Amino acid sequence: MSKGEIVAGCLAPHPPHLVYAENPPQNEPIAEGGWEQLRWGYERLRESLADVEYDAIVLLSPHWQTYVGTHFLGLPKFKNLSVDPVFPNLFRYHYDLDIDVELAQQIHDRAADAGLAVTMMKNPDFRVDYGAITTGHMFNPAWDKPLVVISSNRSRDYYSVEVMQEMMIELGRVTREAILASGKKVVVIASNSLSHRHFTTESAIPEDMSKEHITSHAMHLWDMRMIEYFRTGQAQRILDEMPEFTEQAIAESDGGGLSWLLSTLDVPTYPGILHGYGTIIGTGNAIVEWPARNHKEASE
Amino acid sequence: MSDGELIGSYIVPVHPHTVLAPEQNEGWGRLREAYDTAAQRIKESGADLLIIYSTTWPSIIGHQIIADPNPEWVMVDHDFHELGSIPYSFNIDEKFAHAWNQANEKRGLKSRTVAYHGFPIDVGSVVALKLLNPDNAIPAVIVSSNVYANRAETTVLSKACMDVVKATGRKAIAITAMSLSNRMFTKPIEPKDDRIHSLKDDEWNRKILELLGEGRLEDVGQLSRTIHRQIRVNKVVAFKPMWWLSGMNSNRNNLTGEVLAYEALHGAGGAVVHLDPTPSGAGDIEYDEDDVEYFAGERNVLDGAQSENQEIESLSVESPLEVPQKNGPALWEPTESKDSVNSEAAPKPVGAYPHARRVGDLLYLSGVGPRQPGTNAIPGGPIHDADGKPLNYDIKAQTQAVVDNITRILEEAGGTINDVLDVTSFLVDMDRDFQGYNEVWAETLGQVGPTRTTLAIRALPTPIAVEMKVIAKAPKTE
Repeated sequence: MSKGEIVAGCLAPHPPHLVYAENPPQNEPIAEGGWEQLRWGYERLRESLADVEYDAIVLLSPHWQTYVGTHFLGLPKFKNLSVDPVFPNLFRYHYDLDIDVELAQQIHDRAADAGLAVTMMKNPDFRVDYGAITTGHMFNPAWDKPLVVISSNRSRDYYSVEVMQEMMIELGRVTREAILASGKKVVVIASNSLSHRHFTTESAIPEDMSKEHITSHAMHLWDMRMIEYFRTGQAQRILDEMPEFTEQAIAESDGGGLSWLLSTLDVPTYPGILHGYGTIIGTGNAIVEWPARNHKEASE
Repeated sequence: MSDGELIGSYIVPVHPHTVLAPEQNEGWGRLREAYDTAAQRIKESGADLLIIYSTTWPSIIGHQIIADPNPEWVMVDHDFHELGSIPYSFNIDEKFAHAWNQANEKRGLKSRTVAYHGFPIDVGSVVALKLLNPDNAIPAVIVSSNVYANRAETTVLSKACMDVVKATGRKAIAITAMSLSNRMFTKPIEPKDDRIHSLKDDEWNRKILELLGEGRLEDVGQLSRTIHRQIRVNKVVAFKPMWWLSGMNSNRNNLTGEVLAYEALHGAGGAVVHLDPTPSGAGDIEYDEDDVEYFAGERNVLDGAQSENQEIESLSVESPLEVPQKNGPALWEPTESKDSVNSEAAPKPVGAYPHARRVGDLLYLSGVGPRQPGTNAIPGGPIHDADGKPLNYDIKAQTQAVVDNITRILEEAGGTINDVLDVTSFLVDMDRDFQGYNEVWAETLGQVGPTRTTLAIRALPTPIAVEMKVIAKAPKTE
């Protein structure tokens, strides 16, 4: 079997507003547009990967929140209606997704061997969280690639950002090992926003872009600082500053996705490509691609 | 129709073990038996409404209330999916849900109803309703727990709910679906090995239950922040349910409490507690904060440069309500004369005049604005800051506060709002505010029927948008 490969790593946020604004047939509510900068960012990400062959998408979603370890979707197919419990007016999406159970099991087993608490989720009634569905749709609206969906272990809530990061770096390491051993070509995705302070009101027309901006200057500064590290290949600095960023920007990196992603990419020293940045109900969201396929030497 | 009332309150655990696996652990079984006892008591109480505040349904845009009359789906817990699935089909009182939503808005809260096919009812609500109302005989409503809500907002939420309970003559049961300590084991365990995660958590849980067993609900409410720091995992939803439940019970501290069970659920503290409104004589109320009637705070409680204690600090100050001392003229004591009527429950004047004056059969009120007595706060927010910079404000909240102040002055004179004969209203921005002002008028003074004149003026002495000049019938004197 040939060696597996991570062809790209992506930061790909999941606010349901992006699906809402796009009006795909799977989603019930209808919008007049909105959040174009981010949706065009997703377009650029898709175009960047259009000619890249890969077999599966491995995605960590902060909205499947688990407190008893890390869980993996463990059945080949999940089909249901996903209704966002926070923005049900925007997101009621009929999904039908395929799971690469084999790869999920391989990552699970390596994580278990490494001492992490892990569980395969095999209840067919389980409703996949809207974060995974939103990012899944925006990244690959054709849904023609199987997914591995990993829960967000809330160890940051139980311990600290430092403990969370330690666990997620370990999970990233075994994720990478499992992918390389699998013989498959894979895209890895962390589905999270950057700064994560919401507005607590919603305009009468949710897609009214005249109301959209970052919640505070401090959030903007943190987002730009992180993006500058993304763009200049300074992943280690991101990890180093993760506790301050997560706490001060109330960042959604608290779910562990960004730490896991950077670890899975072996802490890249090459630049990430910023495909887009924008705010959604006040939160900061960046779409970033690390084109690992072009930097194989970096991690050999 | 007689006034509605709260006829009981329950605190119940959220995890699915009591529904799906009570036989796997003796403690889980005892919690299930307590749930069944509570269900039987509710059935025998004559309750016609169950009101659930669930900590496992976080919301961001204010509070959300389920208004689908018959939500149906299958619930699977994010962590404990191996225990199985819980199909549900509930009987929701959609009319009450909509009325509560409107009552929330009247009290300045952000709120909306949710009635979408397939909306995922949260695990805490599903467990509570499945076990407390197994045959769906009693209609229910469910409200979310807003992640940014502070104590004032959560308390006002309960007051809005009770407005509707009273107005609709309901005999309601309030239920908080919640854990006590919520630290679970972070690895799978055998059911037989379940216990409270730590001795410290257990000790705090027992102290909370001791207070609740004595009916001292408000004391637990006042300890909420301490409890959160001591035994709560730092999730976004703080230990707010005691604020809501205490508010539902008029912040009473002398209920009759009974702890039906207390056990571990994967390490977290789960308890079934019954709080009966019958006075126990246990404790006195020492309400430690302003008794907020309207929520006017914008909720940017977290800013990048602020500490994690910011939310706590903001809770005790209610700063958005307060008019900075330099934002408006100095306040005066109301003048006294033979026919004057002055009220401690009305805001202080901005000049040398009384709140009202009795002349023959008539009562002439000085111009009444929305400022709150004591705090000088402006419900709905001031129209500009101390530097004159315009601010966004809620004209409906301001108008409602004006009507309330008028009511207080009339009550001081021995009358009621129904005595109002003629009103002259002053608005500083007719184009912006007339509609909202008019809506509140229609629901309040419009029901009384006084004559009315509405004028646009350039400014009022304090940073308010509306003021009313009232002539009312004077109550007969002895």
